[in-house]
Amino acid sequence: MAATTTLSTPRRTPAQLAALAERRRHRIIGVVMVLLGFAGLALFANGTDSAWVSTFGLNTGGTSAIRLGDLIIPTQTTVIVLSSLALFAGGYQIIRGFGKSSNAILGLIILFFIASFLVWATGDKSINLAAMLKSTLLRAVPLTLGALSGVVSERSGVVNIAIEGMMLSSALAAAMIGSATQSLWIGLFGGILTGVILAAFHAVLSIRYKVDQVISGTVINIFSVGITSFISAKFLSEFPDLNNPGIYQAVPIPGLSAIPFIGPILFDGNFFLYAMFLLLVIVHVALFYTRWGLRTRAVGEKPRAADTLGINVFRTRYNAVLLSGALAGLAGAYFTLGSVGRFDEGMTAGRGFIALAAVIFGNWTPFGAFGAALIFGFADSLQSRLAILSVPIPSQFLLMAPYIATMIALAGLIGRTQAPAADGQPYEKG
Amino acid sequence: MADSLVQDLLPKPAEGTSSVPWWRRIVEAVQLPLLALFTAFVVGAFIIALTDLAVLALLTDTISRLNAIGYALLALTAAVIILGIGISRRPEVILKRLGFAATGRQSRWFNIIAVLLTIAAVIGLLITIGFGPVLSAGAESVRRAYGALLEGSLGNPAQMIAAIQSGDGRQMAQAFYPISEALVASTPYIFAGLAVALGFRSGLFNIGVEGQLFIGAITSVFVGYSITGLPAIIHIPLALAAGALGGAAWAFIPGFLKARVGAHEVINTIMMNYIAFRLSEWLLNGPMKRPGSVPVSPFIEASAQLPRFFPDPIRFHFGFFIAIGAAAFVWWFLFKSKWGFELRTVGANPSAAKYAGMNIARTIILAMCLSGALAGLAGTNEVLGVNYNLANAFSSGYGFDSIALALLGRSHPAGVVAASLLFGTLRSGATRMQNVAQIPVDIISVIQALVIAFIAAPAIIRSIYRIVQAKGSDMVFTRGWGR
Repeated sequence: MAATTTLSTPRRTPAQLAALAERRRHRIIGVVMVLLGFAGLALFANGTDSAWVSTFGLNTGGTSAIRLGDLIIPTQTTVIVLSSLALFAGGYQIIRGFGKSSNAILGLIILFFIASFLVWATGDKSINLAAMLKSTLLRAVPLTLGALSGVVSERSGVVNIAIEGMMLSSALAAAMIGSATQSLWIGLFGGILTGVILAAFHAVLSIRYKVDQVISGTVINIFSVGITSFISAKFLSEFPDLNNPGIYQAVPIPGLSAIPFIGPILFDGNFFLYAMFLLLVIVHVALFYTRWGLRTRAVGEKPRAADTLGINVFRTRYNAVLLSGALAGLAGAYFTLGSVGRFDEGMTAGRGFIALAAVIFGNWTPFGAFGAALIFGFADSLQSRLAILSVPIPSQFLLMAPYIATMIALAGLIGRTQAPAADGQPYEKG
Repeated sequence: MADSLVQDLLPKPAEGTSSVPWWRRIVEAVQLPLLALFTAFVVGAFIIALTDLAVLALLTDTISRLNAIGYALLALTAAVIILGIGISRRPEVILKRLGFAATGRQSRWFNIIAVLLTIAAVIGLLITIGFGPVLSAGAESVRRAYGALLEGSLGNPAQMIAAIQSGDGRQMAQAFYPISEALVASTPYIFAGLAVALGFRSGLFNIGVEGQLFIGAITSVFVGYSITGLPAIIHIPLALAAGALGGAAWAFIPGFLKARVGAHEVINTIMMNYIAFRLSEWLLNGPMKRPGSVPVSPFIEASAQLPRFFPDPIRFHFGFFIAIGAAAFVWWFLFKSKWGFELRTVGANPSAAKYAGMNIARTIILAMCLSGALAGLAGTNEVLGVNYNLANAFSSGYGFDSIALALLGRSHPAGVVAASLLFGTLRSGATRMQNVAQIPVDIISVIQALVIAFIAAPAIIRSIYRIVQAKGSDMVFTRGWGR
């Protein structure tokens, strides 16, 4: 009897199984959309007064010549419209499905949900939207640079959990060298160089000595916390002049920065903001449209095949890891030279790990990582404003969001992330 | 017991070498960790000497007064160093040139002599050039730092003898205070180190011990202050169990995700760390906050406090014995129980484990939960035994330090206990070093990082000290997160 049932069950090919899993994933996406819709109605529409309006300021109060009026929208109606859209989209996704664009639609619905939240939080109050988006972008700068560092390294097959440590060390180096030489640029160079030196250590340990890359990254993290606290306690308190590098001032781009709303946000930042945009494009093009990028990705996916074709796996990985260190060094220099103007112990405060989360959430692509960094930056910027809005949500929960989102993405229930196939595996020349 | 401990601690001998006596194998097992420690301390000494302001001032002063002969001699010194390194890399070649047979023993001795001669020549040359004061100032700085470290961690033997002879209680307390503090500091390390070691044994890298430790502390402190009127005999085990369960629950999530969807535990445990930090921050600022302005939890009931054995200020408490008990349990579990065998098999070779019919998913979840429970107990121990309440900064990074301990102890419970005692002692002594020698305690973190590097890359240590690699002595810790 048992034998017949086994025989009569149709064998499923791997392709069919994959299609089944895909369909299940799509259905889960639909359910999530519906849930978001209901949550929006229950949490944000329920309990608001229909007469409330949400007021969003659109000027950063800065340089733009043309000032915009405030954006005033009815609180309850907006939330109901956005939530209903989510419900419709979810229903359609469950019944028919959006096919390939499911993830994009889900992203849109999540955006709607966040918008509903914002509209609800500003109900009967006002908030400066432009300033908030600007702070989102600024908070995303070190995250993006750190994430680019992770993308470059992991695409070549070397896991880099040492972004945090590299950032911390180079923040200190940039501050001290910048102060000692009275030059921001030399300080910046010092920061980048520090990142490269630590990356070289990581590379030698993990490529030459084939140490587990997570352990080698942990070594750099612990070392960086120790050495920066050591130097800062030993020297910086005694010689405060060594911890006063000054910061890069904002340089508005003539013309572009005068565009209302967008101008002050995008085109009125300091060196690091423009460097981030530039590097984002450069790394993307380099990874996906150049010979170097093709080789790096090949080494990260199938090192043996790459080796057979005559690509030097070790050299490619060394290059990628060193470049990764330079990017992390730049990200670290941002903290002291681009934002605070001095070094404080533990000032990166886990942002290197958020950058790592952005790498994963952005599916190991530069622009994906940038998007993730923006979302995480938004959560960060929002939590600092919750007190003003007197929203009954503890800011800590918003700060958790990046980590939870990354775990969900990694679990593959909703979206799916795909690490480079050889990520984390030392290469043994056979 | 001792013999089977040795058996587990050591790499399995290659065939035909079982006649090697057990003490010889112990030496072989511990020589790498010891050499790694030694090397890390040597590097630490250089950092201490080179960041000493007096040494730096002398150094710049001496360099500024160098003349042409001085520079020439400096170049000669560099040449001697390079020559010395060259000889120590290939002693056989030179021995053969000199007409010796260049057996292993001969070249080892030749090497040692060559290295010692090189060091002597370099020091001699440096003193001739005029670096003598710099060297002695550096040595003095290192001696003061490490001396204070030693005295701070173990106490002053002369003082102890005097105290015992006098029989005065207060004097005794003072004399033995450092040693008691060392044991107090070691206790959370033992738990946390065991947590990481258990993970390593099952092929998992639990980098989330820090978060699990926070959750364990939260749950145990909650049970400690919210339940009143229980006798200690019930309240203490209840609070301990709460802490272990909290840690286990926190570790269950990444374990489950790893087993079910293959999500890499390293990423998930890192993320869970930060979720735990934020959670405790919120709890201490909100629901669990003691009335007042400081974000700390209320004090636990006296009935939940782990008993102390001596009057204040000696804080040595019962948690130490629980930690030793936990180590014994982990040893029994790993090496004597069926589950432990499955766990180690999954860690060593998942394919073989699957082929043998073991349930890999269940084993991974079990391993993560046990590891999390141990991590939770580390937090619990601090709350119930030392602080009696929970503040946000109660852990000084035990979770991250514990990675060093597990590696140093070769993921064996006995090794972990030894490594924890060592680093707990160093940590508690480092405070004195900071006060006496103005060396920030953070130098210990630097040394710890170096120890991890040297242990994880034994090839470095082997090539420095020219040790022949024993077969199968390196272990694989984790796998990458690609597929």
